[in-house]
Amino acid sequence: MTIATVFLAAVAAVIVWWLAHQQLLSKPWLEVGHAYDRRREPMPPAKIGLAVFLAVVGSLFSLAISAYFMRMASSDWGQLPLPGLLWINTGILALGSVALHAAKLESQRRHDEATRTILLAALATGLAFLTGQVLAWRALTAAGYFLAGNPANSFFYMLTGMHGLHIVGGLFALGRLTARAWSVPLDRRMRLSIELCAIYWHFMLLVWLVLFGLFSGWAGNVVDFCRQLLT
Amino acid sequence: MVDVRSGIGEALPPPEVEDVELYHPHSWWTRYVFSQDAKVIAIQYGTTATAIGMVALALSWLIRLQLGFPGTFELIDADAYYQFITMHGMIMVIYLLTALFLGGFGNYLIPLMVGARDMVFPYANMLSYWIYLLAVLVLVASFFAPGGPTGAGWTLYPPQAVLSGTPGGKDWGIILMLSSLIIFIIGFTMGGLNYVVTVLQGRARGMTLMRMPLTVWGIFTATVMALLAFPALFVACVMMLFDRLLGTSFFMPAIIEMGEQLQYGGGSPILFQHLFWFFGHPEVYIVALPAFGIVSDLISTHARKNIFGYRMMVWAIVIIGGLSFIVWAHHMYVSGMNPYFGFFFATTTLIIAVPTAIKVYNWVLTLWRGNIHLTLPMLFALAFIVTFVNGGLTGLFLGNVVVDVPLSDTMFVVAHFHMVMGVAPIMVIFGAIYHWYPKITGRMLNEVLGHIHFWVTFIGAYAIFFPMHYVGLVGVPRRYYELGETTFVPESVHDLNAFITVAALIVGAAQIVFLFNLAWSLRHGREAGGNPWRATTLEWQTPETPPPHGNWGKELPVVYRWAYDYSVPGAPEDFIPQNHPTPGRLSHEGAS
Amino acid sequence: MAVVVILVLLALGSVLFHVLSPWWWTPIASNWNYIDNTIIITFWITGFAFVAVVLFMAYCVLRFRHRPGATADYEPENRRLESWLATGTTLGVAAMLTPGLFVWHQFITVPEGATEVEVVGQQWLWSFRLSGADGKLGTTEARDVTPENTLGLNRNDAAGLDDLIIEGGELHLPVGKPVKILLRSVDVLHDFYVPEFRAKMDMVPGMVTYFWLTPTRTGTFEILCAELCGTGHPQMRGTVVVDTEEDYRTWLSEQQTFSQLSASASSGASKATAVAAATAQ
Repeated sequence: MTIATVFLAAVAAVIVWWLAHQQLLSKPWLEVGHAYDRRREPMPPAKIGLAVFLAVVGSLFSLAISAYFMRMASSDWGQLPLPGLLWINTGILALGSVALHAAKLESQRRHDEATRTILLAALATGLAFLTGQVLAWRALTAAGYFLAGNPANSFFYMLTGMHGLHIVGGLFALGRLTARAWSVPLDRRMRLSIELCAIYWHFMLLVWLVLFGLFSGWAGNVVDFCRQLLT
Repeated sequence: MVDVRSGIGEALPPPEVEDVELYHPHSWWTRYVFSQDAKVIAIQYGTTATAIGMVALALSWLIRLQLGFPGTFELIDADAYYQFITMHGMIMVIYLLTALFLGGFGNYLIPLMVGARDMVFPYANMLSYWIYLLAVLVLVASFFAPGGPTGAGWTLYPPQAVLSGTPGGKDWGIILMLSSLIIFIIGFTMGGLNYVVTVLQGRARGMTLMRMPLTVWGIFTATVMALLAFPALFVACVMMLFDRLLGTSFFMPAIIEMGEQLQYGGGSPILFQHLFWFFGHPEVYIVALPAFGIVSDLISTHARKNIFGYRMMVWAIVIIGGLSFIVWAHHMYVSGMNPYFGFFFATTTLIIAVPTAIKVYNWVLTLWRGNIHLTLPMLFALAFIVTFVNGGLTGLFLGNVVVDVPLSDTMFVVAHFHMVMGVAPIMVIFGAIYHWYPKITGRMLNEVLGHIHFWVTFIGAYAIFFPMHYVGLVGVPRRYYELGETTFVPESVHDLNAFITVAALIVGAAQIVFLFNLAWSLRHGREAGGNPWRATTLEWQTPETPPPHGNWGKELPVVYRWAYDYSVPGAPEDFIPQNHPTPGRLSHEGAS
Repeated sequence: MAVVVILVLLALGSVLFHVLSPWWWTPIASNWNYIDNTIIITFWITGFAFVAVVLFMAYCVLRFRHRPGATADYEPENRRLESWLATGTTLGVAAMLTPGLFVWHQFITVPEGATEVEVVGQQWLWSFRLSGADGKLGTTEARDVTPENTLGLNRNDAAGLDDLIIEGGELHLPVGKPVKILLRSVDVLHDFYVPEFRAKMDMVPGMVTYFWLTPTRTGTFEILCAELCGTGHPQMRGTVVVDTEEDYRTWLSEQQTFSQLSASASSGASKATAVAAATAQ
């Protein structure tokens, strides 16, 4: 459970940092008047909501990864070979992330036409990534690496599946956004939505990179290295 | 020290809190059924949770009948008994307590108490309820599925949970249970985002964090914890579903089932226990923290005195919430995990006792030199303190690793957790309903029925669970369908068990009085007016009662003071509402 | 007023119940009286705290209940009082935790020279294995479990051939000698629980757990399963007999080894398979 605890410690650090700016040491009974409220320019609620949601998703994946390491200690573990296709998929996902970042910048520069085109491109990369993942699954099953064959396989299919479902959810939101962007002029709310999609995509790319590192064994080496440093 | 401190800090401009554009219902359906109004959603959550809670209550009767009078009721065989305890536990912990505190009270109180018009994401909030209802229906469906619901115990430990020796293990029971939990977690996440972001972003002008009522602090912290802890249960459920349906071996070692080798191999049942309790222990506080918060407000309001040590109360809530993530393995002292973990987890567990004890002291010190009105909410608050202290102290037995060894898996544990996270939070729920019912409906609950309900419930519940500790001390294990012949259990324990059963039946029946009161008072209760308890917090200051859609009429409230200005020296009345703009007032600071 | 009376009665009644009730733990038969002592310390400290809080509350209700014209004090906090209470609580907690951790250290440190005895759980039966003449237990593997070899002993391990196997019978232990109890399960979670020994531990399929004890008096005690293991959970009983050294030797000499059992099993009717078949039904 070390990974999950470390992740939650990071979340806790953010919470403590935030609480430290909330005058928790003040004596509220001595303070009358509304001027004690020092909130400045509020962040849009949707952005905070997304941040909290990503913390939840992060918790989900860090717990699953904790389980991965704990199960890995068992003797029946047999690493499965990663299809080369995953490298291409990683590239495609990164491309989507870059595209959404570009869409965000273009929308802020009020380049509506360019934004629309890039959104379509981002949507396409998302679909391509999912297709690529399914092809990778098929390649693995064709090579005899079935879900129940080995715990390493089980974790591979489960984690990629969970990640894929999150991408599907993201694509649903992105698809709705793109459809709307093509029918009406972009306004403040839509620009915010584009920015949120970009953040979500960056996060999912990060999760994917961690998972990819995990499956290829690098993450295990890093963890071993950290253990050696500690002992 | 007497000091006039108003006006300090006026240099900073007052922050603007944007008024939000409200969702507007267009028809009866969108107003009362598919409503996005947090208050309607709260009532939907509350009703559904109460309904499924009544099922769990009925199950507890059946469980007690079997334990008190074993062999008398043919209807209850061993399979049925294990299904009853499993469903009773799971419903009470997740589908009643979690849903009612966060989905029910959270939805109703957060927007009103922080001065918002509604939750920030009303559509997701509505979805949250309907997904919760779906989860409840899937759970209920397992009663009617072939093989019945799962009988693996609410902890659902593999490998037995998915094997044929356990009811529902090879049938639909366990599948529906796991699916229902997964659905519940998805629904809860949608609601939880709302509660958190509304507290962060929806507060009225002047409502600083340190002016929030402790109710909001409790629900807010519990929600943050739930959002981070439920994923552990989610992962565990998904992995177990894979093991059960797709033949993976996440949790399943090589196993012989009834003389036959199964295909599984290499998995670790302990891994499941880690994941389960990584969620399961915070879950205890997810139920307890809202109760802590609410009871603080009940005591303060009905003792007409500010909550003693408000700052300490806030810090304690936050510290307890944080610590509760690093104590999970105290549920696993005898699970076969590395025994050296025991040192760490026993220490962290007993450290939690300190902030918790401080909260108890501050509740009783609030009573000291108060002006205690013995209203029903106050009575339930007192009952909460008694049962919580009792249950919390027995937690010091079970948290201390070596003491846990003889007591774990005995009836002592059952008595402990029922007292501390069953009876105590439910006392708060009752107190809270007697307290806020006038705001929700505009009418008071009937006092006579309320007193009958209170006395029977409080004394009865204590009579059930206090003696039960001693059944465990004798050595009677929990989850025994029948004890049968034993050498170490004296005959008199059976009489004690029969007594407990009778008490449980009476307490259960008293809840019918309560439900009747809820329904009867809706029409016949005394008119309450807007602020019958003369309370300071914002929800009592709404222009109309019950508060209409949008809560505040034309203008959002502005907050000028903390939530506990009761019996302020020099004030004309014994309470000053939070939105009361009187510029100056005398304030005492405690001896410090 | 009724509240005050009830609160006082409840606090005093709880104490009286504790003192007068006939329900107390069964007399101990192992060296773990340290655990009993820690529980008694905990009872004293927590009992004091409970009575103090409830009586204080009762007093507050009596003294400060609403009367016409009464007003409450205005006292936001009192740091000195709060820190005194926090310190007192911390000391109380430390007084319970410290002995607890010392005893736990003893509990998990198996003394040199403890005899190893294996207990195997299966739905819903206890079996036992003792080392034979070589003083060593042979290796096991869940995959090797068959109706003739219900404990899954490795036939290629010479150390296991002379192991004494007791299926569904009684386990005997010599009094006054430390024993390390190795716990194993071939199907689901179980928990080896003898109330008189105070100690208990889960048995987890796929791994071996353990605890140790020294039986301190002779007698016959009941083994119960303390981890819900399916429908037959409450019926999963066994017997452990603590013998004098002499009786123990006699009993030991009557037990059959793994190779003897295998030989009789291959010849046809074996008591072991009969028992296994009976439980499988």
